[in-house]
Amino acid sequence: MTAAAAPDSTTLGLRSRAEHLAAPLPPLLAEAEQLARTVLMGEHGRRRAGAGSNFWQYRAAQPHDTARAIDWRRSGRADQTFVQEKEWQIAQSVALWVDDGAAMRFASTVKLAPKGDRARLVALALAVLLTRGGERVGLADARLPPRRGAGQLTRLAALLSQDAEGDHGVPQARDLAPRSRAVLVSDFLGPVEPVEAMLTEAADRGVQGALLQVLDPAEEAFPYDGRTIFESMTGALRHETLKAGDLRDRYLERLAQRRDRLAGLARLTGWQFSTHRTDTSAAAALLWLYAALERR
Amino acid sequence: MWSLGPVGFLSPWLLAGLVLLPVLWLILRAVPPAPLRRRFPGVALLLGLDDRENQSDRTPWWLLLLRILAVAAAIIGFAGPVLNPAERPAPGSGPLLVVADGTWADARDWPVRIERIEALLSEARRAGRPAAVTVLTDLPDEIRFDPAEAVLGTLPGLAPKPWELDPQALSAWSDGLEGRFETVWLSDGLAREGREDLLAALESHGEVRVIQTPRRILALRPPVLDGAEIALEAVRTPTGGAAQADVAAHGLDPAGVERRLATATLDFAPGEAVARAALSLPPELRNRVTRFEIETARSAAAVALTDDALRRREVGLVESRAAREAGALLSPLHYLRVALAPQADLVSGDLATLIPANPDVIVLADAGSLPPAEAEALQDWVDAGGLLLRFAGPRLAASDAGRAGDDPLMPVRLRAGGRSVGGTMSWGEPKTIAPFDTDSPFHGLAVPGDVTVRAQVVAQPGPELAARVIAQLSDGTPLVTRKEQGDGQVVLFHVTANAEWSSLPLSGLFVSMLERLAISARTEADAAADLAGTSWQPAELLDAQGRLTATDTRAAVAGEDLARGELGPELPPGLYEGEAGRFALNVTRADTTLAPARWPARIAVEGLDRPAERPLGGALLALAVALMALDTLASLAVGGRLRRGVALLLLALLLPPVSEAQAQAGVPAEARMDPGVEAFAQAATGSVVLGHVLSGDPQVDEIARAGLEGLGRTLWQRTSVEPAAPMAVDPETDELAFFPLLYWPVTAETPIPSGAAYDKLNAYLRGGGMIVFDTRDAGIAGLGTTTPEGRRLQAIARPLDIPPLSPVPEDHVLTRTFYLLQDFPGRHQGRAVWVEAAPDEEPTPGMPFRNLNDNVTPVVIGGNDWASAWAMDEIGMPLYPVGRGMAGERQREMAFRFGVNLVMHVLTGNYKSDQVHVPALLERLGQ
Repeated sequence: MTAAAAPDSTTLGLRSRAEHLAAPLPPLLAEAEQLARTVLMGEHGRRRAGAGSNFWQYRAAQPHDTARAIDWRRSGRADQTFVQEKEWQIAQSVALWVDDGAAMRFASTVKLAPKGDRARLVALALAVLLTRGGERVGLADARLPPRRGAGQLTRLAALLSQDAEGDHGVPQARDLAPRSRAVLVSDFLGPVEPVEAMLTEAADRGVQGALLQVLDPAEEAFPYDGRTIFESMTGALRHETLKAGDLRDRYLERLAQRRDRLAGLARLTGWQFSTHRTDTSAAAALLWLYAALERR
Repeated sequence: MWSLGPVGFLSPWLLAGLVLLPVLWLILRAVPPAPLRRRFPGVALLLGLDDRENQSDRTPWWLLLLRILAVAAAIIGFAGPVLNPAERPAPGSGPLLVVADGTWADARDWPVRIERIEALLSEARRAGRPAAVTVLTDLPDEIRFDPAEAVLGTLPGLAPKPWELDPQALSAWSDGLEGRFETVWLSDGLAREGREDLLAALESHGEVRVIQTPRRILALRPPVLDGAEIALEAVRTPTGGAAQADVAAHGLDPAGVERRLATATLDFAPGEAVARAALSLPPELRNRVTRFEIETARSAAAVALTDDALRRREVGLVESRAAREAGALLSPLHYLRVALAPQADLVSGDLATLIPANPDVIVLADAGSLPPAEAEALQDWVDAGGLLLRFAGPRLAASDAGRAGDDPLMPVRLRAGGRSVGGTMSWGEPKTIAPFDTDSPFHGLAVPGDVTVRAQVVAQPGPELAARVIAQLSDGTPLVTRKEQGDGQVVLFHVTANAEWSSLPLSGLFVSMLERLAISARTEADAAADLAGTSWQPAELLDAQGRLTATDTRAAVAGEDLARGELGPELPPGLYEGEAGRFALNVTRADTTLAPARWPARIAVEGLDRPAERPLGGALLALAVALMALDTLASLAVGGRLRRGVALLLLALLLPPVSEAQAQAGVPAEARMDPGVEAFAQAATGSVVLGHVLSGDPQVDEIARAGLEGLGRTLWQRTSVEPAAPMAVDPETDELAFFPLLYWPVTAETPIPSGAAYDKLNAYLRGGGMIVFDTRDAGIAGLGTTTPEGRRLQAIARPLDIPPLSPVPEDHVLTRTFYLLQDFPGRHQGRAVWVEAAPDEEPTPGMPFRNLNDNVTPVVIGGNDWASAWAMDEIGMPLYPVGRGMAGERQREMAFRFGVNLVMHVLTGNYKSDQVHVPALLERLGQ
C-alpha cells in the first residue's frame, strides 16, 4: 500500500523498462503465432508407436503384453487378441540460438526489416510450432533451458528481444542437452571459427539441428560503387575503398566461400544449412526449418 | 561598353575573373571527392581486399572540365554580354521633320513604319526637339513644327494612300519649306521621278537621313483578255532569284458569296522583273471574277480589279426558222456574228432554248410577232435585266408587231410599211446619220460620211418618242430607239442587220455602237475614245492595303479623267459605274515597272528594323546552372552515391525531348495503342467474330457466349462463314467497329450505357453494324403489354439512333438470305421480331418480293431467347432444352437457320434482295 502510495523511482524505472521491453513482445508473439498457423494445425506425433494419446495401430498381442493392454473391443471381433498401440509423442528438446549481435540490426533500406527481426520472428514462430507440437523449446544458453508451455513462449520472446553489444554473437554448445535438437539463426558473417567449434562440440554430443543464414539483399548483391568507407555496425571494423564496385566480384566470391564452408561443416556434422533473404517470405524460412527438424 | 566582335559586355572588368580558372583547376584537381561512410555487416569479408586501380583519389579530368566550364559560363554571364549592342546615335538638335512616302508600297508594313516614327518622335521628345510628320501622298499646305508629344498624338491618323506621289505638288510643297531642320525620310523603296529634287530641297534645310528596308515589292498589272485566256502579269523589285507569286481570282459564287474562284502561280525567272501566266477559265466563271490579287502582298498594287473589259458577254442570236434556206451572206445575223465574235461569246438557237441559257443579250433580227408563250418568256427575261436587241427587216415591216399599241418588246410603235429613200423607185438621196446627241449613249462616236440608209421602218410619232431615240438620220427620222423595260432594255435598229437596207453594218461605227450598247467588250485601244464625254460614279474604292470599300457619296468623274488614269485624291483607284457598265481603275497599268530607289552615297540609309539587341547573360547563367546540376549528378556518380536506375531517370528527365524521340522513333505517338486494346483489336479482327454485349448477369452472359459459340459452329459446318470464338463486348470500354453483329441479351437489370458508350453504339449502327436485342421473354411484350425486360429494352434503346421499326414483313430479306424462312423461333416461339421498317412500296402483282434495295437493318429486336437455343458445349451438344421431342429439335434447327440467315444478312447486306436472284428464288418457291 505504501509502495503504491509513494512509488519510488526504482520501481517506476523498472516498470517502464519492463514495459519498454515488453512492448515489442505481443506483436512479435502474435506475428510468430500467425506465421506458425500457416504451417501446423494441431499436434504432430512422432510417426512411430510409443507413449502417447493418439491411436497408432493394432497389433497381435504378444505374450509379454499385460491383460490390461489388450483391446477387448477389437479382439472381440476376431479370434486373436489385439493390443492397441498409441503414437509415440515423446517431446523433443529444441534449443534456439538467434544471433543477437549488432550486425543483425542491419537493413539496407527502410522497407526491409532488419535481419535480426526476421531471425527472431522465424525462431519464435518455430518455437510456437514446436510448443504446439508438444516439444520443449528453450535457448541454447543457460538463460532458458527447454521447457513446455505457453509461459515458455513469453519468456522466450522476452529473451530473444534482447540485444548484445558485440558485432556478432557467439553460439555455445555447453548447455545443450545431449541428443537434443538445436537451431542456429545468424548471418554467419562474423568469424566462422566459434561456429565451427560449437558445431563440432554439438555433434560430439549427438545434437543435430539446422543452420539458417539470414542475409539482407544488399549483402548478397553488394550494390555499392565509388569511394566508400565500410564500417561494421558497431564501428569496430572499417575498410576503405576508392572504388567499391571493383570489390563486388571478390566480395561475392568470399561470401560463396563462407557459405560453402558452412554447408560443408553442416554436412560433416549431420546438420542442415540454408540461406534466407529478408526480402523473401518468412514462411519459406519457417517451412524449411520445420522440415529440417522433422528430418531425422 | 567594351565589345568583342558582335558581342559587347556591360561590365567587362568581371571578365578578369577568368584568370582565376587555372588556379581553380589546380585546387579542384588536388581535392578528391569525399568518401561515403556506409554501415555494412559484411565488412569482415571485405578486410584485406585492395583496390586494383588507384583512380578516384583525384577528381576525374572531365568532372574538372565540367566545373571549370560552369564557372567560366557564370563569370561571362555576369559580365553582361550583349549580342548586337545598339549603337545609339548622338541626338541631333533643332526641329525634326519626319517624312513618309505613304504610297501603296508602304501599306504592307505601315504599322512598323508608324512604330519607327513613334520611336523617332520619342527620341525627339526626350531631346526636347519640335517635330513634324508629313505623308507625301497627303501633303499639308504648310509645315508646322510642334512639340513632339503633340505630334505623337496625330500618328494614328496617318494612313498610306493607294496612289503615287505627284511631282508637281511635291515641288510646290518643298518650295514652301522654311528654316533649318533635320529630316528623316521613311522611303517606300521604289524609284520614282521627283525624288532627287525633293531630296535636294530637303538637304538645303539640313541633314537628311533615310530609312529604307530592302524588301520585295510586288505589283499586278491589269489582267488582259487574250482570246479565251486571261493574261496575268506581275512585276517585282528587286529582281533576285527565282520566286513565285500566287494570284487568286476572287468573285461571287452562284450563291452570291464572295470566294476564291481560281488561282494561278506566276513564276519569276531569276533576274527577270516580270512574270507572266495565262489563266484559262470557263466563261461562266470568268464573268464572275471581280478582282485578281497577289495573295501574300497586301497592297493596292497587288490587286487588279476587273471590269467589263474582262467580261465576255454572252449574246444569243435567234435564228429564224425560215432563213435557213437562204445563203449565208444573206443571213441577217452574218454581220452581227462577224462583228461580235471577237469580243463576245455567241450562242445560237431558237428562243425556247436561248432564254433558259440566260445570255446577256438576245438579238432578234427581222422577227415579226412572236408566239404568246415565247413573248411572255422573253418579256420576263428582259424584265430581269436582259438586253433585247432587235433589227428591222422585211418581215418586221410586213408584220403588225408594235402597230396596235405599246408592245413591251418594241421600243416604239411602228407605222405600217416603212420607207425607202434613194432607191431606184424612190426620190431623194439615201440618208446619212446625224451626229449623236449628248444624251445618247453613242455620244462621242465619229459618224463616217459614207454610211447611208436606204430603207427603214418608221416610228409612230408620240409624246415619248423623242426620249427614246438614241440615233437618228440626218432628216430626224429615228434610226435607233431604246426603251427601259423592267430592269432591262429593248433596243431597235430601224434597219436590217445585214447590208440590205443600209451600209451601217459594213462600217466600223456599227461595231462601236454595239460596244456602246455594252453588247461587246471594249478593247484597250479605243477605250479613251469610248470614255470621252461619259461620266462615271465611283462605286467601290480601293485603299492602300488593297481592300475594297463600297462608296456612294463621292462625286462622279469625267470619262476623260478616267481614261487618263492619273490617280490622286480626286481620282482614287476603284470601280466606277457608268451608263455602259463598270470601269476598273487600277493602281497599276499595263506598262507599270518597279525599280528600287537609289540614294546618293552621302545620304545615310538605315534599315527599318535593326538586328535586335540580344542579352546573352541569361542564357549563359542558365548554362552555368545546368552545368552545375550536371556536376552534382556526376559527383554523385563518381562518389558512388548514385544508383544506376536513379541516374538514368535523372538523365531522362534532363533530356526529355531526346529520350522521348528515341523511345518513339518510327511510331507516331497517336498511332501507338494500349497493348490491351491492341490485343483486343487483333483478336476481334483476325476473322469474323460475333460479339455479345455484357448484360450484367454472368449467367445470361455465359448463355450468350455458348449460344454464339453454337451458332459459330453451325456456320462453320454449313456455310463459308468461319467465325472465331465469340467475344464479350463492353460498349463502355471496347471498340465495337470490329464486330459484324452484336447479340445483346436484355435483362431487367441490364445496366444502361453511359453517354460515351451511346456515341460508340450510334457510330457502330451508322457504320453498318447490327445489334440483335433479345429480351428473352418469349416476345410477350407486345402492344399494350410489357415485361420488365421490355421496359429495360426501351430505356436502353431510347438514345440509340434507331430508324422506325416494324415486324419482319413476309418478304423481308432476312427470310431468304440463306434459308427460306417464315419463322424465327429461339427457345420460345414468339412471332414478333422487329426490324427496320421498309419504305412504303406497293408490291408488284405477281412478284413475291417488293423491290426493296434497302440497307441492312441496324437492329433486330425479339424475345425468343435465341442464345439458349443455339447454345452448345465444347463437344457440340445442346446445352438447353428446346420444346419437346422431335418438334423441339425441329424448332432448334429453325433457330439455327434463323441465326445463319441473320449472319448472312449482316455479311452480305441486301445481296439477296437483288432482283437478279428472283428467278432462282421463284423456282425454289415453286411459283
